Amino acid sequence: MANKINIDLDKCVGCGACESACPFGAISVKDGKAVVDGEKCRFCGSCVEACPVKAISMQKEEVQDAVDKSLYKGVWVYAEQRHGEISSVVYELLNKGSELAKTLNVPLSAILIGSNISAKAQDLINRGADKVYVYDDPILAEFQDDPYSCILADLIKEEKPEIVLMGATNIGRSFASRVAAKIYTGLTADCTALEVDLETRNLMQTRPAFGGNIMATILTPRHRPQMATVRHKVFKEAKAQEGRTGEVINKTIDAQKIINRTKFIGFFKDQTADVNISDADIIVSGGRGLGNPEGFKLIKELADLLGGAVGASRAAVDSDWIAYSHQVGQTGRTVAPKIYIACGISGQIQHMVGMSSSDTIIAINKDKDCPMMQTATYSLVGDLYEIIPAIIKEIKNIKG
Amino acid sequence: MHILVCIKQVPGTTNVQIDPERGTLKREGVEAIINPFDEYAIEEAVRLKEKVGGKVTVITMGPPQAESALREAISRGCDEAILIGDRAFAGADTWATSYAISTAIKTIPDFGVIFCGKQATDGDTAQVGPSVAEMLNIPHVAYVRKIEEVTENSIKVQRMMEDGYDLIEAPVPCLLTVVKEINTPRIPSLKGKMAAKKAVIKQLNAAAINADTKKTGLAGSPTQVKKIFTPPQRTGGEKFEGEPQDIAAKLVKKLAENSLI
Repeated sequence: MANKINIDLDKCVGCGACESACPFGAISVKDGKAVVDGEKCRFCGSCVEACPVKAISMQKEEVQDAVDKSLYKGVWVYAEQRHGEISSVVYELLNKGSELAKTLNVPLSAILIGSNISAKAQDLINRGADKVYVYDDPILAEFQDDPYSCILADLIKEEKPEIVLMGATNIGRSFASRVAAKIYTGLTADCTALEVDLETRNLMQTRPAFGGNIMATILTPRHRPQMATVRHKVFKEAKAQEGRTGEVINKTIDAQKIINRTKFIGFFKDQTADVNISDADIIVSGGRGLGNPEGFKLIKELADLLGGAVGASRAAVDSDWIAYSHQVGQTGRTVAPKIYIACGISGQIQHMVGMSSSDTIIAINKDKDCPMMQTATYSLVGDLYEIIPAIIKEIKNIKG
Repeated sequence: MHILVCIKQVPGTTNVQIDPERGTLKREGVEAIINPFDEYAIEEAVRLKEKVGGKVTVITMGPPQAESALREAISRGCDEAILIGDRAFAGADTWATSYAISTAIKTIPDFGVIFCGKQATDGDTAQVGPSVAEMLNIPHVAYVRKIEEVTENSIKVQRMMEDGYDLIEAPVPCLLTVVKEINTPRIPSLKGKMAAKKAVIKQLNAAAINADTKKTGLAGSPTQVKKIFTPPQRTGGEKFEGEPQDIAAKLVKKLAENSLI
């Protein structure tokens, strides 16, 4: 039996509630009655819930599990490291992972891959890992998709975890996709909430879609493990408990078996970015309203004073006032700092989707009616070249 | 070299708005566009062709309407186009999409470099490119911001990372996902527009690519959408107006009170 959706034409009043509820544009009112486009329908049930006269019914196909799910136990966190340092997103995932593991009554494990990194295992245990699998080998010194994805996929096949969490970083997003493709399982990108349904042991993965305009809760009901990536700053960091005990499992790699078709030649640091905007707590961003590239000197002065990073709108980047690596928004980076200060940024939707989950938003703009000023926690109306120096002075006063 | 570029048709995002009364997505008047990141992929594919010779085939999976995206890609310099479409592919998640695309690419015997945009603006997953590479059993490099060198057998690229870039050498065939920084896409030429009008789009359905329909579409997708909802909208907060010194002082006081600084 395939999935079926039926509209009771006697009940349908053609009100269009289903049409606006459908996230996929698959249902529309034609000649006073709702019509479903079978190509687009994903059988999510949004229209069924939205229909005020209960004219829509849906039957979902009963599909068998792809694997024996009872064999899959435990929660894993991929302990991403770069240049030998554990990424802060890992501590955030360990915090969430340990909560999920407690609910499921299973251990929490961390997977550490790199070179000369064994000493970091205790750090992961202190942050909540019960077990750490360590792959420490000179050929793993720098991240490359082939060997990293082979190792993680092989370990998953061997140990069968039910949940694997990874950072939604450039590294995580790149090779998590390969791992999920290899083992034929679901991977949900950029989750902002993770919860377990104890009855089915399904992970309810909530993520923004359509540029953050809607949220979707995604399940991987028939496959295991359930893989998810999570951005920086979505969860709070696990606190370190010195001397916590756990098991360290040192794994060796079979150099003959590991494929590595790419060659790492070198790393070139971005000299302009002292602070990485993806994991900064405070971001001061400049836009078209700066009027000229010199404005970023003022932006940087405020950012430095606050220990934050410098961001920019697309307009500022396209005008060549600052490098693309600073761009926040849909075609740049998505950020969620504690404080986001938007200076001379009007708040086009493409910019807003990249920063709207920041805790506190401060907008400085002459135009008090622009979207950014309407959305911000605190909006300061006026000339940024007068207001920013005044803020710098005030902060210096406070700090003494 | 036979260069491929995989693109996606997405809703024109500037028009995506929430209906304030119903709290749902407004769809009226939302035009379909080429995913913005894919424009950089198309441009880079065409530049590579201009450098090393050969041809560019643009590929998409989607409903018949997606043909317009393929024609636009031809107007920007691609030579041939393939539309992968079948009812059996409808409702695919990233795994099932990657399966259908990679299975279609397997019918092309001589491909060299495959380009993809780093992600699509509707789903924002960045997963299909690397997954297609895995299923084709070729290496990939994601977040490419520059091609430094290229020969028939290898390509040297800059991979954008959070803290700078990595220089990576990959053999050909391989797949690259590209970021905005890589180029400035050209405007379609008159000659390109003529070619786009005349182009014959190759249609491939599930049978033509010999796809296992247990692995396609909604049925073949490991992930399923359980629920869709509108996030709570941020409502504006406090507005400070007046002399710069005064409002700056008010703001800093607020931040200090809330232990934000």
